[in-house]
Amino acid sequence: MIETHDLSKQFHDFMAVDGVNLSVDAGQILALLGQNGAGKTTTVRMLTALLNPTRGWARVAGYDVVKNGHDVRSSVGVLTEQHGLYMRMTAIEYLDYFGQIYNIAPSARKSRSEHLLEYFGLTEAAKRRIGEYSKGMRQKLALARAMMHDPGVLLLDEPTSAMDPESARLVRDEIARLKSSQRTIVICSHNLTEVEALADKIAIIYRGRILLQGTLEELKKNVLGLPEYEVKFTDAWDSSRLELPEGVEILSRTATSLKVRVERPQASNPMILNALSRGSASVMAFQEEARTLEQVYLKVMAEAKGRENVQ
Amino acid sequence: MFNKLRPVWLVAGRELKDQFRDWRVLTPMIILMVCFPFLMNEFAKQTVDFLNQYEANLILDRLVPFSIMIIGFFPITISLVVALEAFVGEKERGTIEPVLSAPLDDWQLYFGKLLVGVATPLAASYLSITLYLIMIVQQGLEIPSFSIMLQLILLTTAHATLMVSAAIVISVQSTSVKAANLLASFIVIPVAILMQGEAVMLFWGNEDVLWLAVAGVMIIALLLIRVGIAHFQREYLLGREIDTINLKWVLNTFWKNFMGGAHSIGEWYRKVLGGAMRRVLPAVLAVTLVAGVSLWMGYDWIMVNVSPVIAKASPERLEKIEESAREMPGLANLQDTINAPFLFMNNTRAVALIFLAGLVSFSVLGVLLYMLNIGLIGGVYALLELLGLQPLPIFLAGVLPHGIFELPALVIGAAVVLYMGVAIVTPQTGKSMGEVIIELFADWTKIFFGLVVPLLAVAAVIEAYITPVLLAGVVK
Repeated sequence: MIETHDLSKQFHDFMAVDGVNLSVDAGQILALLGQNGAGKTTTVRMLTALLNPTRGWARVAGYDVVKNGHDVRSSVGVLTEQHGLYMRMTAIEYLDYFGQIYNIAPSARKSRSEHLLEYFGLTEAAKRRIGEYSKGMRQKLALARAMMHDPGVLLLDEPTSAMDPESARLVRDEIARLKSSQRTIVICSHNLTEVEALADKIAIIYRGRILLQGTLEELKKNVLGLPEYEVKFTDAWDSSRLELPEGVEILSRTATSLKVRVERPQASNPMILNALSRGSASVMAFQEEARTLEQVYLKVMAEAKGRENVQ
Repeated sequence: MFNKLRPVWLVAGRELKDQFRDWRVLTPMIILMVCFPFLMNEFAKQTVDFLNQYEANLILDRLVPFSIMIIGFFPITISLVVALEAFVGEKERGTIEPVLSAPLDDWQLYFGKLLVGVATPLAASYLSITLYLIMIVQQGLEIPSFSIMLQLILLTTAHATLMVSAAIVISVQSTSVKAANLLASFIVIPVAILMQGEAVMLFWGNEDVLWLAVAGVMIIALLLIRVGIAHFQREYLLGREIDTINLKWVLNTFWKNFMGGAHSIGEWYRKVLGGAMRRVLPAVLAVTLVAGVSLWMGYDWIMVNVSPVIAKASPERLEKIEESAREMPGLANLQDTINAPFLFMNNTRAVALIFLAGLVSFSVLGVLLYMLNIGLIGGVYALLELLGLQPLPIFLAGVLPHGIFELPALVIGAAVVLYMGVAIVTPQTGKSMGEVIIELFADWTKIFFGLVVPLLAVAAVIEAYITPVLLAGVVK
């Protein structure tokens, strides 16, 4: 549903996006991570046919962003960096206005806007001026606008920013529901926990270039290496007698703990547990060392900056 | 068609609702709409009392139409506030991106904004005029004729369209409301001058000329709308965030276009100037055609308007005119008074004036000036014919030698102006309006200094030193 090849954008002598290759299928969520000014918004704007690529191409919902800009815009729902709401309108008027722009029939417009307002808990405030809304309410309304025409592709810039935890959860649930209904979704976010929970693919962008992309597991494996596990014993136990399967490397050991790196966890972990059981080890815990997306992100960024400093 | 126009009404409707909910727009509009007719009425009363003392009836006749024109103008000044922030205001408030991301065509968005920018102030303007007319009727004063009322209504509409279309061009091209407001002086000052000119025409009582003013203002307004749509780029609205005068970029772009990568003067003439001339060629053909029309118009105007005067003149009077015509150029002393540098400067100034006039009017005024220059030749030819002189030998001796150089210079000078005007109102994808203007200015500079100035220099030398000798021979 979204495919780009060598997608690039230059503003005078500034290369905002440089050779981005992406592929997101229906029912997938891609998260674009990067610092402010890394090129995420410019990429999204090219995918919305707002900016023309200087080089390369992009197809969204089967349409070329340069040749079929109107069709691209009809098929895409966009949550922009700034919510972009008209403060003197009411929520009902606002959704109806965009419903009309997207050529939705009056009855469908009414039911759709009522449903979205109810889903996001804005029904009571529907007839109030948007200017009176809190930040979170505005964000929810902007998201409702992006979803008003039930688009096949959603491009969401910071979808849960400024939201309280309850609302953020609501939005995450809705994004997950949209994913399960075969929508293609791109999220730009700084909320790495949210990305971990939602994204099927993650791309880290730095100074307009994609540094790394893949599934969360692939990223962890590529950046942080093989998964590590820690075994904790209730009493002191001599782990030097332990016979470990092939592909398992001991990283450290104490009287009451053992840390290993495992090449193929699915095959090796049951064997490790068996060996511990045979050796009568009193195992209190066997757990994977926490390896978060944040660690991946920070390491990738540090390496990128390091390379830049060397150059 | 209705489906295509529906989004235009939609955009305009939302803007309209927004305006009617904004006291900062409504309050001044209501004040201008309601208070100004009363003020103007009071002013008119005082003026009438004053002028009655001197029986200046002609001025009194024109005072009401003048007041209507002014009353109609004031409410539309608010149109600038609305139109100037049409795009840049939305950009600043962050509301532009969702609209630009929607499936609206550029022209639908543009016309939606234009429509509401013109409609509201114009409605206020018409209401204000109506209010004033009611006051006039109540005072027993005479309402202007239908023809003048129609002119005034059209003129008010043309002013509103002109100001709004110019303001929207500024709004699309500006990066902040502050910058747009500063640039608004480029609208206010010319429109103020225009209003003064129209007021003069109104007091002068020449209705035909006022019709020309209506047509002229409308043409410029339509061209401005065309410019706005031609240079409306979603990318431009989103791409630029801050206002900076990048003089280095301006000079580099100009120099790159002016030099065109040439390494020698020969290469520059052959490739760069040649390339520019090829681009201008269709305009050269067009203005050559216009030259033919202008010659005929000048000739015809003199024949129609001057021949009855000559027919009525006595033979003695004619003899005197003919005599003075023979002596008119002071041929014997011509070389002393009119020298080559003087002629060169004079002609160069004329071509530069055509450029300047064209620059502020998308070539319209420039081409009109050019037509006037060429028309004069036709007029003089007709005059000589009417006076019984043989114009052809005089022209062959007095115009042709230097005209071979001067006329092509004039034609090319006007053609570049026409080319620039057309290029500005034509969509140029991938280029900002600034880039387009710099490139066009570079083309004009190349042709002006590379071709027009040398041609005018040669023409001036011939006109100063050869033409007088040849002309003297023919006239004697």
